[in-house]
This record gives sequence, structure tokens and C-alpha cells, in this order.
Amino acid sequence: MASISQTEFSNVPDQFGRFGDFGGRFVPETLTHALNQLETEYNKSKDDPEFVAELNSLWADFVGRPSPLYFAKRLTEKVGGAQIWMKREDTNHTGAHKINNTLGQALLTLRMGKTRVICETGAGQHGVATATACARFGLPCVVYMGEEDVRRQAPNVRSIKLLGAEIRPVTSGSRTLRDAINEAMRDWMSSVNDTHYIIGSVVGPHPFPMIVRDFQSIIGQETITQSRAKFGRLPDTVIACVGGGSNAAGMFYPFVDFPEVELVGIEAGGLGSKPGQHASPLSFGQPGVLHGSFSYVMQDNDGQTCDVHSASAGLDYPGVGPEHSYWKDTGRVRYTDCQDGDALAGFYELARTEGILPALESSHAISAAMKIAAEKSPDEIVVVCLSGRGDKDAAEIERLQNEMAND
Amino acid sequence: MSKIDELFAQLKSQNKKALMPFITAGDPDLESTAKLITAFDELGCHICEVGIPYSDPIADGPIIQASYTRALNQGITVDAILQTLESCAPRVSLPMVTMVSYAIIYRIGLQEYVRDVVQKGVSGIIVPDLPVEEAASLAKICRQHDLSLIQLVTPTTTRERAKRILETSTGFVYYVSVTGITGERTALPTDIVENVTWLRENGDLPVCIGFGISEPEHVKRLSPVSDGLIVGSAIVRRVTGCEDKSQLIPEVTKFVKTLLDAME
Repeated sequence: MASISQTEFSNVPDQFGRFGDFGGRFVPETLTHALNQLETEYNKSKDDPEFVAELNSLWADFVGRPSPLYFAKRLTEKVGGAQIWMKREDTNHTGAHKINNTLGQALLTLRMGKTRVICETGAGQHGVATATACARFGLPCVVYMGEEDVRRQAPNVRSIKLLGAEIRPVTSGSRTLRDAINEAMRDWMSSVNDTHYIIGSVVGPHPFPMIVRDFQSIIGQETITQSRAKFGRLPDTVIACVGGGSNAAGMFYPFVDFPEVELVGIEAGGLGSKPGQHASPLSFGQPGVLHGSFSYVMQDNDGQTCDVHSASAGLDYPGVGPEHSYWKDTGRVRYTDCQDGDALAGFYELARTEGILPALESSHAISAAMKIAAEKSPDEIVVVCLSGRGDKDAAEIERLQNEMAND
Repeated sequence: MSKIDELFAQLKSQNKKALMPFITAGDPDLESTAKLITAFDELGCHICEVGIPYSDPIADGPIIQASYTRALNQGITVDAILQTLESCAPRVSLPMVTMVSYAIIYRIGLQEYVRDVVQKGVSGIIVPDLPVEEAASLAKICRQHDLSLIQLVTPTTTRERAKRILETSTGFVYYVSVTGITGERTALPTDIVENVTWLRENGDLPVCIGFGISEPEHVKRLSPVSDGLIVGSAIVRRVTGCEDKSQLIPEVTKFVKTLLDAME
């Protein structure tokens, strides 16, 4: 394990987009110019008071930020351990954290003078958030979505269409998030001169992992402010689910230089630990290249990407953001996994004890938080990122329940 | 000097251009791959580009993607592909080049991959997802083994970057004719001639054009302004579309011959 002084954790990536060894830019030459252009525009904009003010105003009045830090009192009592608090990203406009990033990138799109937007989506939350941002700014938008995800996240597909965006179902490969990213990249290869690709997670080539993390860091920053106001200190443990890892990166990044705060990322454990049963590259994978970046990934011995499984479309991805790989190898964040069945149990628990339907993705973090809190004392504080709402999952959860009942 | 350098030196002295057919290894099977390579050599093609199937090829259009998927579904491995190339090497005079994702090279190991392909008789590699900034380690190992590392320049590449690529590429420079993915196109962009001419004037390397080239007419027009042409999807489509395996070699060679004839 590399030894890193605490102040260095936030000082990434370097100019080559490297988080330690991870990250970088492994893309066709055709895309390099657009990535350089995006990096230049972002570096200029992030320190431009006008850009910052515009984004803050959108976050406040359009998204409804800050999102609440909510005490889950009945859940805490039921678990009987540490206090469980929820960072309510599910209360955002469009129902998840994804909108934080899409508004930022939509502003960058306009600043770069680009006139069309494309994106990928797994659970459909990023698709809805991108379609929303594009509607808000009058940009045409194409959403690539795996055919399997079109089926299991139908409510979001409807919303995307209602918002005026075009859905392009992807029928190649496993017909999930990974294939949607491939198709979006291929579109971008041809359209790069007038199109911006609003990537939805902290994955892909530099500068995407940095930009998405920065836009999502509002989650962790608010949590710090709210914790100080409510508890007079920082939480003991902060927990978030990790697919590509954008809600977790946004939650964790502002905390990485506070060594007293324990950070725990929860991957999708799927049906078990055998290859193909889960989507947990940090727990079971190894470093390799996928979608333009060097990070932990599920690959075979030839470097071919493996099929993965998760009941939740948003976590059903064989790779993970490079900064998570960096945090794993440096030991700054502990990663563990939560299986489909436990996530489902977490969903029901939160629904029935707190009156909140969490997204199936977030349910992984909730289930893990209940286990972690149970081992702690009542004066300790656990914060979970409730990254999205679960309305989109209602039909799929019903189907999964029936499937389990029939097994 | 690699086999590719020798080839282009020879072609230059004869005022000739290179024709490089691309095929997907293992599509429809490795036996056919070996037969196609031998047939291209006998026809008088100059280099054979062999695509190593990859699960997530973002630079490839539907035709090559589908051929990769088909080969992978049959359980093809890099090891089996390299054995096939090894069996071809003593029988052919045309240099073989593998088109391979960096995901595969990294997983196998940079040293190991380069050493293996050189041992099997491969003369060069093209790594379409490895831009010049990330290429230093691999470039060093390739130099040590005299394996050409052919790098790409595209219409979106700035002149400043193109200069850097000209300095670090070996064998030849691959000029991507279009801003887009691989695939046949009827009309090709008009800036090809200008960009290729600039590359040839600003470096010592041969410049070959690929992506979109699919008709004898393209060959006729672009071979005079370049040092060679790469034809991929138009060939792979014919391999894929051939249902009677006994007709595969005759059908593909018939098409490739029309391209060679267009170069005369």
C-alpha cells in the first residue's frame, strides 16, 4: 500500500489525468482534440465567477439544493446502533444526483459552442438528467441505453422521451450500460466537431473523471456544512454505492483529507462472488483498460471485458472510476459489496420504516449502512448517500420479488 | 530496419504504393484467416492487417464490430491467433501487422505481447486506443524488438500533435480519412489530400490512408497522393456475407484484385 500524506489525497489528478497510476486517456486519436478542448474550457470555467454563479443558481432554484441531511430515526431505532443519517439526493429535481453533473456539463457545452448533446444511461437517471438539462438550454439530445435497461427502467425511458430527447436502444453485447457507453463513444467519434458527450459517471478518459467528480462534490461539501451545523463535527462513517462511482466520488472527495472520517463504497454483489454473478471490479477485478481509462475492471486473461450482473441497472457495469481505484489502493476508502437480495431488503426496510422509496442502486448503500451501524454505538454517526429515488424501480422490484418467490 | 521499412523502401524505389487488406482474426474461423493471408500474399498485396477481436471496440463500425463479436463468441484467444500467424509467416513474404486494443496488450503484458508477436513473425502493431501521450512505454519496448508501432493521425489532429506523432511512429503513419468509425463510405472528405500531403512533407515516414476506403475508385484517386491504402470493412463485409465457405477465398480475392488493379 502506497504511503500518502493526508493532504495529498485531494491533489489529484495530475496534468495527465492520473490518480496515482489510474486514469489517463486511452482513446482513439479522433477524440483527443475534443478532450483537450473540454479540459481547457473546464479549467477556464471553474474559476470564472460567472460560471460558478450560474451553476449555483441552477442548483438552488432548478434542482432545489441544498438537499436535506435527514435523520432516519425509526431505521436507527430498528438497527439499534449508530445514528443513520441520509443525504437526500433523491429530493433533487429529476430524482437523483445525476442532475448536478448534467447542468454543469450542459453549461460547458454552450461555452464550447457545441450544438448537440449525446449521453449514455444505465438506470435511466442520467438519461433523464441529461434530457432535462438539454431541454432547459434548448439543446438536441440523444440518449444511448442498453435494450435490457430500456426494459427494466421503463418509467425513465418515458420521461426521457417526454423531455424531447431521442432514445437509441443499444442491442450489442450485454445490452446494458457498458454497451451504451460504447455506442455513445462511436457516435462521438463521428460527431465530435459539433457534439458534446455528457458522460454520466466518474469514468472514461481524462478529463471526465475529474469534471464529473467536481460537479458531484457539492454532495460532500453540503454534507460537511450540514454535519457541522447539526452535530458540531464530521460524521464517523460515510457510505455510498459504487457503480461507475459518481455519487460516491462526489460524496467522498470533500472528505478524503479528513482521516478521522471512515469512507465505505458499496459495489453490486449481484448473486454471488463467481465471475459473471456480480458487478464488483474493486472487490474481484484487477487493473486494466476500459472506456478510455486505466482502472479496476472485470476482464478475462486476454483483456476482454467480462459480462457482469446486478439487479440494478445503474450498478451493472464491469468498470469503475479511476479515482476509486486510487482510493482503494491507497486504503483511503474501504470497498465492499452488497448482493441483490440484501439490496432488495434494504429497499423494503427504508420504504416501510421511513416512508422513502430509494433507488435500487442506493438500496445497496442502505443495506450496507444498516449492517455497519449495527456494529457501532449510538453516539456515532453514519451518513448514507441516498443517491436517487426508487419510483423507477417499482415494477422491476415487483418482478424480482415474484422471481425470487418462484425460485 | 523492420520488414515494413524494407517494404516501403523497395516500393518507393519502384514508385509503387502499398495495398493493405484488413481481416478479423478468427472470422469465420482461424483456418480461413490463414488462407486469406496466404491468398493476399499470392495476389501481391503488400501488408496484411489482422484485427485481434476485442469486446469493446469504440473506433469500429457495425461490420468490424460484428466480426469481432462472432470471433469472440467462438471462444477465440490471442494465443490461438498468434499461433495461426506463426504458421503463416514462413509461407508469405508480406509483413503482417496486428490491430489490437491497448486493453488486450496491457492485460497480457507489454513486454510479453511484443515479444510474442515478434516471435510469431509479426512486423508491426497498430493500437487504435493508445494516443501518443500514453504510448511511451510501449514505443520503447517496440524499438528494442524492432517491431513497428504504427500511430494514427486524424482530421481532428492538430498540426502540432501530428508533428509529435510523426516523430514517434515507426513503420508508417496511418492517416484516418474521416472523423468517425471504420466502415465503407461512398464519398470521402476533401481534406484528405491536403492533410496527407502535409504529413508526407513534414516527416520521413510513409503515410497510408485508411477508414472508409471501399471502392476501386477510391484507390485510383488516393494511391497517387499517399504511400499506401488500407481497406477493412469492405473486405470484412465480403467475408461475413459469404455463406458457402468454399467460395470465401475466390470471392474475397476477386474483390481485392479489383483494388490492386486500380493501383496500377
